[in-house]
Amino acid sequence: MLFDKFQTMADFQAELAEREVVPFGAVTEQILSSTEGVVEGRRVILAGTNNYMGLSFDPRCIAAAQAAAARWGTGTTGSRLANGSFAEHEALEQEIAQFYAVGHAIVFSTGYAATMGMCSTLAGPGDVILLDADSHASIYAGVKLSDADIIRYKHNDPDDLAKRMRRLGDRAGQALIIAEGIYSMLGDVAPLKEIAAVKREYGGYLLVDEAHSMGVLGDTGRGAAQAAGVEADVDFTVGTFSKSLGSIGGYCVSQHPELEAIRFCIKAYIFTASSSPSIIASTREALRIIVSEPERRRRVWDNASRLYDGLKALGLPVGPTASPVVAVEMVDRSRTIDCWKALMEAGVYVNLVIPPASPSSNFLLRNSVSAAHSNEQIDTIISAYADLKAAGLFEPAQAA
Amino acid sequence: MTDYQEYLGFLYSALASQNKKNIELTESTHLVADIGLSSLEVMEFIEKIEDHFDITIPLNILPDVNTIGELAKKVRELNP
Repeated sequence: MLFDKFQTMADFQAELAEREVVPFGAVTEQILSSTEGVVEGRRVILAGTNNYMGLSFDPRCIAAAQAAAARWGTGTTGSRLANGSFAEHEALEQEIAQFYAVGHAIVFSTGYAATMGMCSTLAGPGDVILLDADSHASIYAGVKLSDADIIRYKHNDPDDLAKRMRRLGDRAGQALIIAEGIYSMLGDVAPLKEIAAVKREYGGYLLVDEAHSMGVLGDTGRGAAQAAGVEADVDFTVGTFSKSLGSIGGYCVSQHPELEAIRFCIKAYIFTASSSPSIIASTREALRIIVSEPERRRRVWDNASRLYDGLKALGLPVGPTASPVVAVEMVDRSRTIDCWKALMEAGVYVNLVIPPASPSSNFLLRNSVSAAHSNEQIDTIISAYADLKAAGLFEPAQAA
Repeated sequence: MTDYQEYLGFLYSALASQNKKNIELTESTHLVADIGLSSLEVMEFIEKIEDHFDITIPLNILPDVNTIGELAKKVRELNP
């Protein structure tokens, strides 16, 4: 039967409905600020939005979007290749290239399209791609479409990558290595200095997805490669506007002039409508803000440390280091759902993550902090977890 | 040079720890339907084979491989 493969998900949805829990697709009925909203009838602190710089409600971004809608209309009604390249799109491409101090940039309609599009296009049949085992779904989707030979290396393990590059022999020189800056589920940072060293030893090309690290890491917010001092080794940087820049869209920047030819080979760029002018305008404004207000980066890290230290002090199984993504790993699905529900009832919205979205067979209560969260809000989140622990809702920490 | 039987022998021994249903492992045993490996476990199993024989096995082979015998044959083809 065509629908048989969906039965497991249908059963899970039925279980959630019976328990009156709506962790997936919870409806936000009202946004009160970049850190507060009304979700499923409850006023909650938003602690699972990836709104790292807190710009989704910035009046300057809103004004820019409003002005662009009035000037350019509500949508482009076409792809970038046809009628959908407005002056705003070209300006953003120049500005994002300038931000990264490289010569070339492509703006996509979503971050997923940017990553999937680049990964599916750069390598083709006969080529080889090495991707981190914990790569985002958009990377897995892209490499599968590429028809290149796909090889996984162990998560954040440069020695394992080196071993696999060595096995490739002469093919290593043309291989595409893929890593992420900050991994979205556990918030761990890639060892890009060591990964770049592997590339220098064996050759190949390096693509880094800075979706969760752009704005957050590096002296000027360019991401993990800047923080590691290896930007010159990165051939392609992809990222998104839907996190630190508070809008939606994606990008790829590169030092290689060939990106201009690659642009016209990416189906995820050619065969989809371009971003609406209001989106592009708010993104441009947000990019200006993260450049001119570096204190937001310090603030998001202060909040990350405050939440991480607080949850760790409770004895909860968080990752090895503080990061704007702080995930609590759980082994029991039912307990995880209970915790998610209790957090909502306590006025805290976080992400519930289940396999295969989580990188192992574990379940996650995934928190993400914003520069806009106040100390009081972070303390309220910690306090809600403390109440759950006191109520006996957390099982002992177990290894993944 | 590794032959088909050698690959097969390694696959049997490497799968023993994951054979939770304790079924008899043969060339026609299905990795997913019979042993119950998840997609993640299948990928980790591929890595184990790569490391043991110091070879490269692209993940692209997975859609064409269902049984232990098919996997041994495919690995042999890729590493003649």
